[in-house]
Amino acid sequence: MSEHHAAPTGITRWLFTTNHKDIGTLYLWFSFIMLLLGGSMAMVIRSELMYPGMQVVDPNFFNMMTTMHGLIMVFGAIMPAMVGLANWLIPMMIGAPDMALPRMNNWSFWILPGAAILLVAPMFMGGDFMAGQGPAFGWTFYEPLSGQYGKLAFFVFAVHLLGFSSIMGSINIIATILNMRAPGMTLMKMPMFVWTWLITAFLLIAVMPVLAGVVTMMLTDKYFGTSFFDAAGGGDPVMFQHVFWFFGHPEVYIMILPAFGVVSMIIPTFARKKLFGYASMVYATAAIAFLSFIVWAHHMFTVGMPVAGELYFMYATVMIAVPTAVKVFNWTATMWKGSMTFEIPMLWAIAFVFMFTIGGFTGLMLGLTPVDFQYHDTYFVVAHFHYVLVTGSLFAIIAAFYYWVPKWTGNMYPPLLSKIHFWASLISVNVLFFPQHFIGLAGMPRRIPDYAVQFADWNYWSSIGGFAFGLSQILFLVIVIKTIKGGEKATDQVWESAEGLEWTIPSPAPYHTFATPPEVK
Amino acid sequence: MSDVAGSYYLPEPSKWPAVGSIGLFLTTGGFAYALTSGVDGAMGSMTIMYIGFAVMAYMLFGWFGQVIDESEAGKYNAQVDTSFRMGMMWFIFSEVMFFAAFFGALFYARVLAGPWLDGAGNNAMTGSLLWPDFTFEWPMLSVPGEGYDTPTGTIGAWGVPFYNTLILLTSGLTVTWAHWGLKKDNRKQLIIGLALTVALGFLFVFMQAEEYIEAYSHLNLKLSSGTYGSTFFMLTGFHGLHVTIGAIMLTVMLIRSIKGHFSEKHHFAFEAAAWYWHFVDVVWLGLFVVVYWL
Repeated sequence: MSEHHAAPTGITRWLFTTNHKDIGTLYLWFSFIMLLLGGSMAMVIRSELMYPGMQVVDPNFFNMMTTMHGLIMVFGAIMPAMVGLANWLIPMMIGAPDMALPRMNNWSFWILPGAAILLVAPMFMGGDFMAGQGPAFGWTFYEPLSGQYGKLAFFVFAVHLLGFSSIMGSINIIATILNMRAPGMTLMKMPMFVWTWLITAFLLIAVMPVLAGVVTMMLTDKYFGTSFFDAAGGGDPVMFQHVFWFFGHPEVYIMILPAFGVVSMIIPTFARKKLFGYASMVYATAAIAFLSFIVWAHHMFTVGMPVAGELYFMYATVMIAVPTAVKVFNWTATMWKGSMTFEIPMLWAIAFVFMFTIGGFTGLMLGLTPVDFQYHDTYFVVAHFHYVLVTGSLFAIIAAFYYWVPKWTGNMYPPLLSKIHFWASLISVNVLFFPQHFIGLAGMPRRIPDYAVQFADWNYWSSIGGFAFGLSQILFLVIVIKTIKGGEKATDQVWESAEGLEWTIPSPAPYHTFATPPEVK
Repeated sequence: MSDVAGSYYLPEPSKWPAVGSIGLFLTTGGFAYALTSGVDGAMGSMTIMYIGFAVMAYMLFGWFGQVIDESEAGKYNAQVDTSFRMGMMWFIFSEVMFFAAFFGALFYARVLAGPWLDGAGNNAMTGSLLWPDFTFEWPMLSVPGEGYDTPTGTIGAWGVPFYNTLILLTSGLTVTWAHWGLKKDNRKQLIIGLALTVALGFLFVFMQAEEYIEAYSHLNLKLSSGTYGSTFFMLTGFHGLHVTIGAIMLTVMLIRSIKGHFSEKHHFAFEAAAWYWHFVDVVWLGLFVVVYWL
């Protein structure tokens, strides 16, 4: 055994670090900053939509807000937060000293700030900020609209860098899980969070290059004369949608599978029972990942496809309900007759199960081709994917914070504030998104700054809920800082019946964990 | 100085990733600015891009140099070796998926979009209303719209592309022969095999460049020749770029072999470069069949 070097101090500690905990912390803070940035854009959107008519911003600025909100939340907030959790937790959970490729791990993170600058900078180029100079073509950047955008190259390279970062991060995660497990930690003994990330990393390596390919085609179409998406040159804008959604649908599961993993860790702890149906959870995750590759065109039922294609994509899509239901039933069965207590992480996890299921059900509705013809591009879609991404992915990320922060910092979260944070978020998020189902079914289109007066009442309440949810997350920032600075000291075990290697080490976790591999029985 | 914690190898903090991030940011940012700012701003922003390239090159030399030193110092145990292998394998898989996007675009343009523009399926009105004079054929020498470069011919499969196929297949053999040499500690066979592979690799790139000159100056086949030109140049272009990268990797291996690096049992860098080489080889076979031949 050699002695450990003390962690370097100052800015270079963070710039040059090869430590998975430092890099995890960087990812989590980066994603929090992006969450607040993307969230403030959502506040602009809700301000404009609070009343019918145009009152706050220029329509193009509104489009820029919806576009940047989506891009920042998907690529800046949710994905990096999940990678941050993976960095912090996977080595501790499998009994490894660090990630398999620590220097590349650092590189995966430090590419992100540059990518974020390339993404956001065009908003501030060209003088009049309020005219909306940034990307304003929707987060799905459909051709040919996105091809009209003057500063497309910045967007394209931002996506390239984000993809580069994700691919390297995922390679690292796979190598860590497959190669760095402690003796005795067989694959089917791995915690569910590790399993879900193993499968997510595979999805990322498979689809991020396809995204890089499609934005490369956009780049050459605009600047180098190719005609991939140009019908006059023999191409097809619909092809853009096919290639984009070949990436885009697995991307949905990239954002939710690690959330499944988090919830599968938290519920057994506070139900004081083993996870019900561990093996079926693993297989269900793999099945969802496989199906995610063959359902992409359900995002484009109305674009004009052969009927056989519509039918195939409908049936394949609805099949995803089966492994997803396996998961929901297993979580429920884990809680069944458990000795349940409702600590803060458990509250978030239960909220996740309920509300993710709502998002799942609306997903089933949208997956039915004839029904989708009415719902397509309405607020019903917006409500659907915010239920799975906000009350799904984001709630799981917050649950993970409350569950593992005692291990990270050695401090318990402030109990009363955290309880307020939960209930305020839960109520406001439903006031925010539930009415959007109604106005969507009634026909209000998404990505529109103005609307007919019959949608006014529900939009008003949606905006009220939106502001309240936004404020609740400022409270979250306060809680995070308070917990880092101090609070009741956590024990090593933290939670009475939590299982797993991360609870066998001191709180806060030492800079280097598992210098010698632990024995797993 | 680094952490050898128990049986694990942990590298100490490193500046190279941060340097690489700066390099990537300057390269992409400078290029994006050059593309979007028109002729006036282009000079300055191209300079930023070149500085970015220089920073990237500095990073590659520094980072790989450090890894080579650590490897030669015997710091990497079997577990690190496995991590490297997995890293390279999954990296190559990501490259396969990148090419898959462009193969998919070729397939879509040729099998679906082209015939639809000519009125196939339920698209009779598309053909007759928009571009009644357009008849679909592949290779698509005339496109539906106006203002595109119309090629006078295509690159036949059995000329330069066929010779290039032979060149790449032969280079796959020579790199394997070099590997055999390394495994039985026959330095001479290793060096000759690698030198042959590198020479064949650069010969391929040279012939490909000749083919491009032929296409641009004599056949008027360009990026702007509709989807035929687009898919032709993007697929072969990205492949050519990968051959160049692979040939540079093999050149590094050649220099290291001459310097006496590697042992019969411990030579992952060589194997990684060889895997990469076989990968560009396989992609080329796909290209030869669907881009040139069929």
